[in-house]
Amino acid sequence: MSSFCEDETIPSTSRKGWLSPRLRPALSEVEGTPAMWGHRSNSKDMFEAIVKRHMKDAYFIALGLVGNHEDALELSQEAFFRAYRNIKQLSSKGKFFPWFYQILRNLCFSHLRKKRLRQTDSLDEFQENNIQVQAHDTFDPGVVAERNEDKDRIWKAIGQLDEKHREVIILRHFRNLSYEEISKILFCNTGTVTSRLYYARKRLKEILDREKGGR
Amino acid sequence: MTCRNYKDLMMAYLDNEIDDEQRRAFENHLASCPECTRELEEFRKLKKLTDNVTLIEPEDRIWQQYWGNVYNRLERSLGWIVFSIAAILLTIYGGFKLIEEIIRDQTVGMMLKVALLVLITGLAILFVSVLRERVYFWKKDRYRNVRR
Repeated sequence: MSSFCEDETIPSTSRKGWLSPRLRPALSEVEGTPAMWGHRSNSKDMFEAIVKRHMKDAYFIALGLVGNHEDALELSQEAFFRAYRNIKQLSSKGKFFPWFYQILRNLCFSHLRKKRLRQTDSLDEFQENNIQVQAHDTFDPGVVAERNEDKDRIWKAIGQLDEKHREVIILRHFRNLSYEEISKILFCNTGTVTSRLYYARKRLKEILDREKGGR
Repeated sequence: MTCRNYKDLMMAYLDNEIDDEQRRAFENHLASCPECTRELEEFRKLKKLTDNVTLIEPEDRIWQQYWGNVYNRLERSLGWIVFSIAAILLTIYGGFKLIEEIIRDQTVGMMLKVALLVLITGLAILFVSVLRERVYFWKKDRYRNVRR
């Protein structure tokens, strides 16, 4: 899996850009390596290059946070759209990905909260009618490669972690980011990353043990 | 150092994110602490299980269409902005023409004309008030320049 700071080959496009020139200074500053972008003639090409560079990380992180393919694809694309609209908010010394990550995670968590709220409403309705319902889980094991019972169990358990614990597990295990890289995109120090990972894994273990005991 | 301090080092040790000095200190602690040794072993098993979980890579088609979908959102948002501006201008123009017609119409009673003018005045006051409030709060907003 690629790390968010790896360079990737960036294909060009035939479509001519019309997007605002506001992007050009912002992106050349944020990515910090104008040579990498070559002599791109407009901001749309630059933004396209950024999207293509980070789309896999964005998708897989969103997948880890929301748990299913459709939502992950939709939310990661929406995050790029919002990043473009708000690119001016990115300070000149800031890096694109950590800033973009904040947009992505906020979108994902807000999506989950809305989903939970809708579920709660329907649960209330069901409870009023004395019908037993299982809590719906958005974590679809269908996205796990070479599935087996253990992997499905772990994926489901990750879906039960709270937000800040889930994100460190996803960044560490599914994007293979170092503590240093995680601390940069979470805007915290490595000590906090270590501590969150400790509690996240502890919680994950508790969930797995509980489910094992309950079977 | 207490066991609690070593628990912080445990994750770094497990993930190979530890320097030599810390590694030696942690291994020395492990030699004398069965509780931390047991916990480390449990975390090792968990890490092995979690590392085995990999996610399916979507088909190439998804990546080929990815930028196109983002681009369409950007294009459509521009379309909506242009459409909204035109709709607002047309509504204002239409409204203005309608009011002009009613005021000039001799068959419409004076009462209705006065009521209409008062209604427009009220709307104008509301609009200015909201606009002033927005501008005032925007100027006073201490967080408006907060950047990540």
